[in-house]
Amino acid sequence: MKGRWTGFAFILCLLALWEATTASGLVDTPSVPRVSAIFEAWYRVTANGEMLRELWPSFYRIGIGYVLAVVVAVPLGLLMGASRFMYGLLEPLTELLRPIPSSAYIPIAILFLGIGDAMKEFVVFFSCLFPILVNAYSGVIGIDPVLVDTGRTFGLARRDILKSIIFPATVPSILTGMRISLAIALIVVVVAEMVAGSSGIGYFILDNQRTFHVPEMFAGIFTLGVVGYCANAVFLLIETRVLHWRPRAAL
Amino acid sequence: MFGREGGDAPFIAVDGLTKRYASRQRALTVFEGLRFAIGEGEFLTIVGPSGCGKSTLLKMVAGLVRPTEGTVVFRGRAVNAPPPEMIYVFQQYEKSVFPWLTVRENVAFGLQRRQEPGSAAKAQRVEQLIRRVELHGYEDYYPNQLSGGMQQRVALARALACHPSVLLMDEPFSAVDALTRANLQQLVLELWQELKLTVVFVTHDVDEAVFLSTRVVALAGAPARVDLDVPIGLAHPRDQVTSREQGEFITRRRELFVSITRQQAREAEAEAAR
Repeated sequence: MKGRWTGFAFILCLLALWEATTASGLVDTPSVPRVSAIFEAWYRVTANGEMLRELWPSFYRIGIGYVLAVVVAVPLGLLMGASRFMYGLLEPLTELLRPIPSSAYIPIAILFLGIGDAMKEFVVFFSCLFPILVNAYSGVIGIDPVLVDTGRTFGLARRDILKSIIFPATVPSILTGMRISLAIALIVVVVAEMVAGSSGIGYFILDNQRTFHVPEMFAGIFTLGVVGYCANAVFLLIETRVLHWRPRAAL
Repeated sequence: MFGREGGDAPFIAVDGLTKRYASRQRALTVFEGLRFAIGEGEFLTIVGPSGCGKSTLLKMVAGLVRPTEGTVVFRGRAVNAPPPEMIYVFQQYEKSVFPWLTVRENVAFGLQRRQEPGSAAKAQRVEQLIRRVELHGYEDYYPNQLSGGMQQRVALARALACHPSVLLMDEPFSAVDALTRANLQQLVLELWQELKLTVVFVTHDVDEAVFLSTRVVALAGAPARVDLDVPIGLAHPRDQVTSREQGEFITRRRELFVSITRQQAREAEAEAAR
């Protein structure tokens, strides 16, 4: 925790430096407002509920797309890891689709789903799918054969080995995929909202930029930083709870 | 064939077992035509130099690996899948003991799937076994919080919970320190006597083989064959100090050691001649 505080102090120093350079006129452009102006705007849009009103649809879209991705990718990944046939069938397709930047799906998604929530949820879903899927099946493939043989010597059927050995042994890897996907979900929802639609934090940022509300635009970007940070922190907390059995390196 | 000899079929018969790896470049025969019987209640140890396929042989007996040729017959039936009365104890306890389960949950693992007694009886059996392997007080610990010797005790208790009649042990003590190994050897001997188990044990340590067993089979050569099959006439209960001082111990140790190193000596000579 000690390292954390010096890190926060450093951020404060950077903000102070920003404030000093803009206040003294060293940097003088409307594109870079003073930090105090940004915080003022940030407070205003938060206090009047505007920020929350814009965040809520983004969270909702992330939630739907992300949960769907988890629900599809976890069983599919386990299946791909456990079955040679499924792996052979789906691995090439996965490797072909995976490198395409998720923002490139947006035009197709708009064609089929319009510019509403469904399009954004789909894009979040699709981009979150692959990190979870790949981590799930490589987790299964990486399992030590001794674990599986232990199940066999105790007379477990294939299904039971999958349920009580392969799944728990793959949980750490699945959680890693889910954490990566959570960060991707935030990126993708913002991009989708900037491209099309009239709500959400992405729209809020772009709209304020177009109308020259630069401090509000920065407030939106700062909010994304805080949201992303908190999401990751919460996820790590859950991860250490779920994986409480794992040895932790003493630092 | 052992099975055809009438009513006196052996408890476990290893009949013509062969392991061959066939790759495109070359075929490698690890062992060939292994044939021996294991009697009920025996403590049989298979010794051999590393690479002779002793672990593979044990996995074939356990029904975990299919033989290239030959069969294993257990109680008159060919072994095609792991029989419920046989439990295999792995060398790599740190991988075999489930890290996400506590000591208690690990020991109960095999038991949960068996239908027999009620849950109260099962829980009681788990507590009993934990006490027997001297892990009481550690019931709620996770494996990574335990030492290697303790983890192997968990594996042992987990195996015994299922009431096996045969315990197959693959170099179970090769990764623990000498003192822990001596304690675990004693524990296994006690359990073998108490529970009237049949134990098939694999090790490369000739001393360990002689100390534990009622009979030792030595594999040697390439491909490996049964080179020596000797009974160990040491009295029970065995003692880490006095048993190892007896003439029988020393004689058997010498015989077995010569048997498994003869091949290596020959190879070294051939190497020198080249």
